[in-house]
Amino acid sequence: MKKSVFLGTLAVSALAAGIATAGTLDDIKARGQLICGSNVGLTGFGAPDASGNYAGFDVDLCKAVAAAVLGDATKVKYVPTTGETRFTALSSGEVDLLVRNSTWTYSRDTDLKFDFVAVNYYDGQGFMVKKDLGVTSAKDLNGATICIQTGTTTELNLADYFKSNNMTYTPVTIADDAEGQRQYAAGACDSYTTDASGLAATRATLPDPENHIILPEIISKEPLGPVVRHGDNNWGDIVRWTFYALVTAEEKGITKANVEEMATTSQDPEVRRLLGVEGDMGPMMGLDKDWAKRAIATSGNYGEIFAANIGEATPIKLARGLNELWSKGGLMYSPPFR
Amino acid sequence: MIPAIKAESLGALTERGDFMAIAAATPKQGFRLGQLVYDTRYRSYTIQVIVLLLVLAGVYWLGANLRENLAAKGKDLSYNFLFNRAGYDIGQHLIAYSNDSTHGRAAIVGLLNTLLVASLACIFATILGVTVGVLRLSNNWLVGRLMTVYIEVFRNVPLLLWIILAYVALSEVMPEPKDFKPVTAEMIAAGHAPQAQMLFGNVLAVTNRGTDIPSILLSRPLGGIDIGPLSLNFSFLVIAGVIIACIWANLGLLRRAKEVQETTGERPTTWWKSIAILFGPIIALMIALGFHLEYPAFKGFNFQGGLNVAHAFTSLLIALTIYSATYIAEAVRAGILAISRGQSEAAFALGLRPGRTMKLIVLPQALRVIIPPLISQYLNITKNTSLGIAVSYLDLRGTLGGITLNQTGRELECMLLMMAIYLTLSLLISSVMNVFNNAVRLKER
Repeated sequence: MKKSVFLGTLAVSALAAGIATAGTLDDIKARGQLICGSNVGLTGFGAPDASGNYAGFDVDLCKAVAAAVLGDATKVKYVPTTGETRFTALSSGEVDLLVRNSTWTYSRDTDLKFDFVAVNYYDGQGFMVKKDLGVTSAKDLNGATICIQTGTTTELNLADYFKSNNMTYTPVTIADDAEGQRQYAAGACDSYTTDASGLAATRATLPDPENHIILPEIISKEPLGPVVRHGDNNWGDIVRWTFYALVTAEEKGITKANVEEMATTSQDPEVRRLLGVEGDMGPMMGLDKDWAKRAIATSGNYGEIFAANIGEATPIKLARGLNELWSKGGLMYSPPFR
Repeated sequence: MIPAIKAESLGALTERGDFMAIAAATPKQGFRLGQLVYDTRYRSYTIQVIVLLLVLAGVYWLGANLRENLAAKGKDLSYNFLFNRAGYDIGQHLIAYSNDSTHGRAAIVGLLNTLLVASLACIFATILGVTVGVLRLSNNWLVGRLMTVYIEVFRNVPLLLWIILAYVALSEVMPEPKDFKPVTAEMIAAGHAPQAQMLFGNVLAVTNRGTDIPSILLSRPLGGIDIGPLSLNFSFLVIAGVIIACIWANLGLLRRAKEVQETTGERPTTWWKSIAILFGPIIALMIALGFHLEYPAFKGFNFQGGLNVAHAFTSLLIALTIYSATYIAEAVRAGILAISRGQSEAAFALGLRPGRTMKLIVLPQALRVIIPPLISQYLNITKNTSLGIAVSYLDLRGTLGGITLNQTGRELECMLLMMAIYLTLSLLISSVMNVFNNAVRLKER
């Protein structure tokens, strides 16, 4: 009896282990839901709105992937992760995909066993201060108290920057952006440092944005992008090409509004391949032919997503800058769909 | 009756003798396997061996599972990261630390921060707890009820909430450092008053970032030496050694006084000798080392000079103290109530005052009841320091289990090491307290 229970336990655990090692794509299809690791709350990028639904620049990528894989952009479960918990959540399999302004670095890619499949926002670390502090450059921050999110690349950049400029500072470590905003607003630190995009988002949600400035120095390169686990290359491909489908859509002028029309009328062979009119692009990675069409129809192309969440017309007022298409002087460049 | 008993016992003896003879005559039988199950002499061993094997199998299965999963992820189990550059800064460090130090050093900085807040909280909670516990039994109705209210309120709200409350109260209510900006005579004439003042004659400032207190500096320090990730500060060691020696010498003096009192009935005057022994050598040493204080002063963004005690530390200490003191108070109350009322009545009858009755009669006996729960409270305080994560206090959990874990991605290694350290710490505290418990417990002879 005891023996059989023990063997039964072994068998069940072996079965569980077997399921866990199946492809991420099959897991998601079987579950009927994509689990997306998102920010606890960074306005414009990933934050719950008043009714508790997640919205933002990063969230729209999750939706596009869900639309491509499951055919329904709403079948996403958002798991809020902090700078400290995000990578453990991904590597333990708690989330399928992490889209949470995470910087692509060498050691994260190799030592942490992750794949950064693309860069959806080219960023750099900056400093925000209150205007009445009278500081106009990051070089003036010697001796300041600085709020810094723990477990991030910005934490290390900050230490390096002050060291190389022979300056000292007092770190106030915080867990996530919401806490950083509260501490900074309460005056617990002179300056808040994170990615410049995050600073813009934080400033937009302060009650008095006009009294705060973002200092001109950008002290690091922060290529932010979606992350998946090492080892499941097909799943990595799906996320990568869903993102590039959105970039290519902007390049080819395919928008949320005209995607159906383009599919029927366009004579551009690449557009026809992308939208599944010609060729077998989707089935090559285990999806159907219309995957890209659904992804684009969800929130529009890359440019539309940018404009709707963080662009000049929103309170966050970020310029495209480096994130403009390569053909317009930026760095967004999709490999060809061929 | 007596002969009957005799006869009976004789009969029993003969019977036993017969039995022994029979037992001796029985031919020796080999050990049969069935005995493992049916013979009560062996059955317990059988069960124990089976349980042991099951436990070992379970451990092996977990280990194999771990190895397999690590292999599947292409990860290995290695502690080499402890010797790599940490790259991050820690606000509060008791030993020299910069972002060029190693992860191992950062873990030690964290451990020291844990120990600092834990030991201070243990001391303060004991003082507060004993006071409150005694006062709760006070004959004064108001004092007794007030203490009951304090205990019930603080004990029945989670510690985490107290930590956050203390932190938010300190960081939201206190003035910003720039409010302390010195104002000149002309500014005062123009109607500008300083928005905030330092306390105790420009010695201490409480801002919304921390508490600035004077720091102790030595102008002729003895230097130090680094051994791997550990560092020895000779000044600190010498000062600690002198303090321990002084306390030891004072205990000797008190013991001698007690001996004199027991033989002659006269207690020699000891107070000035005690003061001289306790403070004389340390003051002389401080003067020799060039002791002086550095006062904080507002400069640039913040207070410069002095020592900045972050609110994360203060709030954690306050919350741990007031929360754990309630449990200690209840243990103290239980200990005192466990002593029969007759004891204090007898003491009163001998003419002892209530204070001396408590000190000489009740508390020494009550300690036997109080110490065991006190041990578990000290363990709780030590483990509860890890809640400092809520206010970003960089203790062992914050450095080794937080930033190091995150920046290196070595979750398993960090967690195992952290668990081992907390376990060692708890076992150490509990063994030290057990030694103390053995010293005060009822001597059975």
